[in-house]
Amino acid sequence: MIEAALPGAQVEVQDHGGGDHLSAVVVAPQFEGMSRIDQHKAVYAAVQARIDDGQIHALALKTRAPEA
Amino acid sequence: MSSDVSTMTEEQILEQIQAEVAGNRVFLYMKGTPDAPACGFSMRVVQILGHLGTEYGSRNILEDPRVRVVLSEWSDWPTIPQLFVDGKLVGGCDIVTELYQDGELQHLLPS
Repeated sequence: MIEAALPGAQVEVQDHGGGDHLSAVVVAPQFEGMSRIDQHKAVYAAVQARIDDGQIHALALKTRAPEA
Repeated sequence: MSSDVSTMTEEQILEQIQAEVAGNRVFLYMKGTPDAPACGFSMRVVQILGHLGTEYGSRNILEDPRVRVVLSEWSDWPTIPQLFVDGKLVGGCDIVTELYQDGELQHLLPS
C-alpha cells in the first residue's frame, strides 16, 4: 500500500505484537524537500483505509529521503 | 489572561488557535501544562524544549474537549502534543524527539 502510493519507496515493516501494532521505516524519493510531518502525513494517508478498518491499530514511523 | 474556553464557539476556538500559532514563534498544544504535564508524550516534548532553553507558549488541550477536535481538524494531525514553530506544525512527540536526536530541531527553533 505504501509502495503503491509512493512509487520507488523502500518500506520495512515490523510487527510489534498481534499484527496490528506496527512500525515502518519508509525511504522515499518523494520525501526530498518535505518536512518530517508532511512525510508522515503522506504515509498515514496511504494506509488510512487499514487504520479505519482496524487492521492497523498503531503505526510508528521513521521516514526520510534517500541519501543523495 | 486565559479566556474561558467553555463559553466560546468552535469558530472562536479556531480563531484563538490561529492567533496563538501566529503570535508565538514556538507554541505547544499539550495535555496539562509545562509545569504539570498530564501525559508522557507531552512531558517528553516539554523536557526537550526545556533542555534547549526554548521560550514557548502553550495551551492545555484538556481545558475543553473541543480544542483538540478543532486543532486536529485544522492541523490535519490526529494526536497531541503538537509543536508549532513559525506558524508551521513541526510534529508530535515522535517527530520532535527524532529531530532533536538528529540535531535538526535546534536549527528549526529560534536561538
